[in-house]
Amino acid sequence: MTIIIWAIQIILTPLASPLCVGVINKIKARLQNRKGASIFQPYRDLWKLLHKDEIISRDASWIFRVAPFIVFSITLAIGASVPLFTSFLTNTLTGDMLLIVYALAIGTFFLALGGLDTGSAFGGFGSSREMTLSALAEGGFIFSLLTVALINGTTNIFAIANADIFLHGQYLFPILLAFGGFVVVLLAETSRFPYDNPATHLELTMIHEAMILEYSGKKLALMEWAAFNKLFIFLALGVNLFFPIGLAHTAGVITISTGIIIFMIKIILGALFIALLESSMAKFRFFRLPDLLLISFILNAIAIGLIR
Amino acid sequence: MLEIITSPISFLILLSLFFVGAVVSLLLRKNDRTANIWSNFFAVIGSLGGLLFSVAIIISGNTLAFTAGRSSLPLLSFSFDIDLLSAFFIFIISLIALFCSIYAIGYVRHYYQKYNIGTLGFFYNFFILGIFLVLTASNGIFFLIGWEIMSVASFFMVIYDRDDQENVKAGFLYLVMTYIGTAFIVVAFLLLYKFTGSFDFATIKSSVILLPAGVKNIVFLAGLIGFGVKAGIIPLHIWLPAAHPAAPSHVSALMSGVMIKTGIFMMIRLFLDILQPIPIWWGIVVLIVGIFSCLLGVLYALTEHDIKRLLAYHSIENIGIILLGFGSALIFSSLDMPSLALLSLVAALFHTLNHAIFKSLLFFGAGSVINQMHTRNMEEYGGLIKYMPQTAFFFLIGSMAITALPPFNGFFSEWLTFQSLFQGIAMLDSSIRGLFILAVGALAFTGGLALACFVKAFGSIFLARPRSAEVVHAKESPRSMLIGMGALALLSFLFGIFSSQTTSLLEKIGRSFDVLQKIPKTILVSNNQGLMIKNSFASVSSLAFLLSLIGALIVVVIIINLIINRRQKIKIGATWDCGTDLSPRMEITSTGFARSIVVIFKGILKPSIQDTIDYSDSESRYLPRTRTVLLGVGDVYKSYFYQPISTMITGLSLRVKNIQSGNTNIYVLYILVALLVSLFSIL
Repeated sequence: MTIIIWAIQIILTPLASPLCVGVINKIKARLQNRKGASIFQPYRDLWKLLHKDEIISRDASWIFRVAPFIVFSITLAIGASVPLFTSFLTNTLTGDMLLIVYALAIGTFFLALGGLDTGSAFGGFGSSREMTLSALAEGGFIFSLLTVALINGTTNIFAIANADIFLHGQYLFPILLAFGGFVVVLLAETSRFPYDNPATHLELTMIHEAMILEYSGKKLALMEWAAFNKLFIFLALGVNLFFPIGLAHTAGVITISTGIIIFMIKIILGALFIALLESSMAKFRFFRLPDLLLISFILNAIAIGLIR
Repeated sequence: MLEIITSPISFLILLSLFFVGAVVSLLLRKNDRTANIWSNFFAVIGSLGGLLFSVAIIISGNTLAFTAGRSSLPLLSFSFDIDLLSAFFIFIISLIALFCSIYAIGYVRHYYQKYNIGTLGFFYNFFILGIFLVLTASNGIFFLIGWEIMSVASFFMVIYDRDDQENVKAGFLYLVMTYIGTAFIVVAFLLLYKFTGSFDFATIKSSVILLPAGVKNIVFLAGLIGFGVKAGIIPLHIWLPAAHPAAPSHVSALMSGVMIKTGIFMMIRLFLDILQPIPIWWGIVVLIVGIFSCLLGVLYALTEHDIKRLLAYHSIENIGIILLGFGSALIFSSLDMPSLALLSLVAALFHTLNHAIFKSLLFFGAGSVINQMHTRNMEEYGGLIKYMPQTAFFFLIGSMAITALPPFNGFFSEWLTFQSLFQGIAMLDSSIRGLFILAVGALAFTGGLALACFVKAFGSIFLARPRSAEVVHAKESPRSMLIGMGALALLSFLFGIFSSQTTSLLEKIGRSFDVLQKIPKTILVSNNQGLMIKNSFASVSSLAFLLSLIGALIVVVIIINLIINRRQKIKIGATWDCGTDLSPRMEITSTGFARSIVVIFKGILKPSIQDTIDYSDSESRYLPRTRTVLLGVGDVYKSYFYQPISTMITGLSLRVKNIQSGNTNIYVLYILVALLVSLFSIL
């Protein structure tokens, strides 16, 4: 039974993440009075890209070629190491919050190097902007996870997801503050509004798309898929660490399937939130973004100060 | 067998190996090649011996204290005391010196016919000898002798490339700062002597209770400044980004990897061992110094486009991280929480070891690149990964290790530092808790900024198209340099994978301190699974992470390449250029890459822009002929800290000069006054 649960845990992230993006796009299209593509469109896009031929710049080195594989594999490894629909699995080996943060940084590192490798002006600027934002987001990211870690007395995120923190009402306010800080970081790390516009190829605004501009074919598919996975992982962290409700606490066909269903509902609520946010606000000017990330950091620092 | 290795005789033989190496290389100075090979041969043998010696001491736990010979001076005794802490630092110096010497065999070649190789070998061996003495001396005066050997030998190596005036200037800055530091150390030792009556560390330690609290605090401040200069804490760091780039790269690696750690070593020795028990504010001060050093160090590193200065600033950052661990160890020890103090100390020691490894690796990589490119300016590199593939690979591993990416070693020591700071937040109350929150924030931002900095460094050195014609002529380094780099890269990896075993040894070293001995059980459960902190607060396994990553990679590669897409064609084309011809000037430069961060932190970094336009017609000002933009970062320490001090001292000296008129009669008057004063004071 445990093996089956682990298998679901491992493949759930890559399988469900395109759906999550499809839902966001669909809701956004609806809000713009368009009919929009099917929520399964990201799967078709990936499938199409995987079968295309590739063109690679002659300036590119092996870094450019291996980066998509590393970036994608990292998201798979992390996706298996965060609590998704169960909390009774014990993962004392790779379930540490700092490991998750720094392993995600490996992906960012290779993504940025891949952007620099072809020597195009777009890629360089994309990498520069991405590294600037992710450097500033790191403080808020670690602090928001630290808040829930301190409340639960452990930095293991499975143990955090297993605890019933809402039994202690006094922690509600710090958790809400930390969640606010986490959302700011989530939007920055997953290249969403108000940081980046995932739908544009305009040089003034793009960050993530600029880095992967030179990729094509299956490498582009891997990069896109890795970005989907990353969004999914962040959403899962957000809904499971700050609101650990509805996770399966015991092994059993019924509890597991309800766990998966509740988890997917929570993810879709998160997707709805992102879609509403993207439809209702404009992208910020680049140099306004550090203020936002600093606010996230301060919110979390207050949250930590309030604990106990 | 172990007794023979850990005997005084074998240690003295070890020291004499470096001495012989120094003398031999001086004797053979007529021939560059033989001088190079023999000086490094003795250094390699000596380092191997040092490795064996230190490992034997750490494993057997036999500490060693002996006196070698008698000196004619009453206060000086050639006494050694090699405890586990000394042995650990001997391990670090031997490890790094071993690979530095191997690397040097190939690296020094480009100085042939230009400078005298024999003298370099002489100072190099004496430098290592000096560090050995610093780590093992147990008498204050004997320690200062070793300290001076180390400082003077490194000074001569900093100015080794003396045709460049900049290097000579850097050397003098280094010398001046070193002597300021030494002055403070002497003050600390003299105060200790006044109240305990001895220069022997053991005697001082046993009678430290005689010290009044005020004097003890002065000793702390003098020690912090004196050893802080050597460690490169901000604002005493200014010699470091000047001197490290000037020295030959293998020497930079030793200076940055090991020499600055002797400052840390003496701080641990003094504050956690000799002067115990200590007031809590000492630890707070050290923690604050750590916060500033790590954040500012990485910010200044981001502004650099000189590759070795960039690495030098990262040394400051990493010293800051070590001090975060050490400072919290001091705080926990004065609050009587020995198990947490041990945890923090293990973090600090582990980061000391790790930083030595990956920083030397990065300096080696920088040295190989500079060797081919003949410039330290990263803006003139680019695309070197095609010409120096192995160097690039090793540099990549070094970058990943220093930015604390798992599964390399840097991650695990930063993880331990984070965890000890977390424990501080969880266990302490009120104001100190706020300080720990700040420290966690500093460490988190430092990690993020270091990542940005090394993307910038690796990208602008090795990736994209060449930015100067020189790149095309670059060749891969000679084998000895590759061996040096490869071995250190492997060590970065192995110390990551075997981090739990390493930390259990470090825990043993930490327990040898008197204040940390009373801990009942182990704090770090370091079984084969991985690192775990007591009460299962946190745990991590490098091996499991590595395996899951490799497993994912294999599955992805197989599915994508062999199942989904077997008949895919890959075409090689040009980078998308928007229809223009791509030139190297269109690539992002390292300055441009970091510019947005510099602008965001402009309150701290004080960037300056100078814009000069030369018009073809100065009347109409429509057609500019040339246009220059000069970007710079102001040196706030020089202008707000050192300049005022220097002005003050010069002003004071001018005042004092007035009593020296040159008139003999007045001098006779001075003598008379002095005689009268002493006469009255006796009466």
